[in-house]
Amino acid sequence: MEPKTLFDKVWDAHVVEKIEGGPSVFYIDKHLIHEVTSPQAFSGLEARGLKVFRPENTIATPDHNIPTENQHLTIKDELSRKQVETLTANCEKNNITLYGLNHPYNGIVHVVGPELGHTQPGMTLVCGDSHTSTHGAFGAVAFGIGTSEVEMVLATQCILQPKPKKMRITIDGELQKGVTAKDLTLYVIAQLGTGGATGYFVEYAGSAVRALSMEGRMTVCNMSIEMGARGGMIAPDQTTFDYVEGREFAPKGEAWNQALAKWKELKTDAGAKFDKEYVYQASDIEPMLTYGTNPGMGIGISGSIPAAKDVDPTELPSFKKSLDYMGFGLGDKLIGKKVDYVFVGSCTNGRIEDLRVLAGAVKGKKKADSVTAWIVPGSKQVEKQAIEEGLVEILEQAGFKMRQPGCSACLAMNDDKIPAGKYSVSTSNRNFEGRQGPGARTMLASPLTAAAAAITGVVSDPRELF
Amino acid sequence: MPIDKFTTLESTYVPLPVENVDTDQIIPARFLKATSRDGFGENLFRDWRYAADGKENPDFVLNKSEYSGQILVGGKNFGSGSSREHAAWAIHDYGFKVVVSSFFADIFQNNALNNGVLPVIVSPEFLSNIFDAVEKNKEQKIVVDLEKQSISLNGKSESFVINPYKKNCLLNGFDDIDFLLARKEKIEAFENTVNK
Repeated sequence: MEPKTLFDKVWDAHVVEKIEGGPSVFYIDKHLIHEVTSPQAFSGLEARGLKVFRPENTIATPDHNIPTENQHLTIKDELSRKQVETLTANCEKNNITLYGLNHPYNGIVHVVGPELGHTQPGMTLVCGDSHTSTHGAFGAVAFGIGTSEVEMVLATQCILQPKPKKMRITIDGELQKGVTAKDLTLYVIAQLGTGGATGYFVEYAGSAVRALSMEGRMTVCNMSIEMGARGGMIAPDQTTFDYVEGREFAPKGEAWNQALAKWKELKTDAGAKFDKEYVYQASDIEPMLTYGTNPGMGIGISGSIPAAKDVDPTELPSFKKSLDYMGFGLGDKLIGKKVDYVFVGSCTNGRIEDLRVLAGAVKGKKKADSVTAWIVPGSKQVEKQAIEEGLVEILEQAGFKMRQPGCSACLAMNDDKIPAGKYSVSTSNRNFEGRQGPGARTMLASPLTAAAAAITGVVSDPRELF
Repeated sequence: MPIDKFTTLESTYVPLPVENVDTDQIIPARFLKATSRDGFGENLFRDWRYAADGKENPDFVLNKSEYSGQILVGGKNFGSGSSREHAAWAIHDYGFKVVVSSFFADIFQNNALNNGVLPVIVSPEFLSNIFDAVEKNKEQKIVVDLEKQSISLNGKSESFVINPYKKNCLLNGFDDIDFLLARKEKIEAFENTVNK
């Protein structure tokens, strides 16, 4: 038998029908929905007089557009409230499980799925959100879709998809102290560029990836879309199985043993072919920070923004436009740049390990007065655990206040907006113009680098501080 | 939603020679609060088109009356970032039927096709010719022929790639849901084999 990649194995097992010269009818095991990209799909379904085909395979949670304060009160913003109410009504009408606001399982869709055990190896999983790639950390084929495709999945549990090409990114060796999964992914994206993996599905491999916790792996897979990849995945191993076992919706008893036997087969066979391969050394990676307006514009924290001579001349106008927006100059160093806001949260870095790293770093220290810090847990479960572990107390003593779960300042749909012209060190996934609010200037970083900025009020190397 | 049929289009065009135009620029997140598909064109490129006080930014191409047409031409890696279909809705709602670039982000390309907006991929040289030509003559037109898969500028043509299935959908105004619904039995049969 021809050797297969991990991606081939999962993909091929879900093809209902291959269409000659066209896409495949591709079966979806798990469909996650939220309030922003689903309403038009439900109304489309209704206009056709259709019902949701497999409501039991669909999970809903509002996250993008909810406030992160006073969640027990009625949502003030009328349009946000309407979106959340529409999601509730659509779920009730179609018998879809909803983790609504104030539900103990509410949270960011890509945090909730894994922590409850909905996300499992070998699955296909989609959501109307590009960071659905997060779930690939479990060896699932998971990717973001548009609302028309949400409607397709609601109507038939399938979408039409051409099979992407395959890429493997191997990171060998050990990450240095102070260098995290977020730095690893920002490093890879800086190497490949923001469109470098467009058209590909990525498998991450190598000892540095193997050594990551599940949460670290989720951070890496989450950011796959930021280099254009359709998704990213990591072969499941003991780390994966230990994480999934015992979670509420994970298989139990005999079903667990059967699942485990299948999951252990989910790895790339020796000799399987990838369309593209990249190999990097973990020891080359230092804490990373972005300086521009796409996630590919990142450098090691001790480095400098490229000078004019180091930029492709055809790309120089767009590059300069980016730096103008950020208020940075060609060749500038980032260390010492003023920071006004720090945001720790999002589907990239809003999990319990991220809060542990943050609390561990700031314990016994004080936040700089000039910095406004927003700590937003990824879910109610993360929030609960952070309280139980005493992390919230540590954070409060250091001058931080934890808000309530949601996507928050990652995309600034709600009131959590960074003001125009202000600098934010953010653990989220995008530094696009205006992403964190009109005119906001975002530098993407790990929770550890964010902690360093919060304590000193300027961009600082966490390796020298903690 | 049945999509508009597309066969050929001859039109002047709007040049946006910026690389990596992400979907947060096409439609910022704070305008995604609607529960219908309509009206997004109003906020297309909102933060480039308008100043913070709501006044038009005279330097942005959509505010320059000399540029018009049903074709938007963008720089490399158009539509990167978020999966929001609102980006395709905004472009469609504004009146564009074709977006030309040398490189598109995957999800945006799918979303555009699912809304009857044709993404046309051209070579970097052809793209740069398109940008140059409109600076010499604002009335310059592009011809896009889907059947022939060709795009022409001043008598020079280039062919573009499109998935044959999607081409057929656009030529006939078919959408994917009808196609999938017709396969319900196959889908159920698939579920039965997997669950055995």
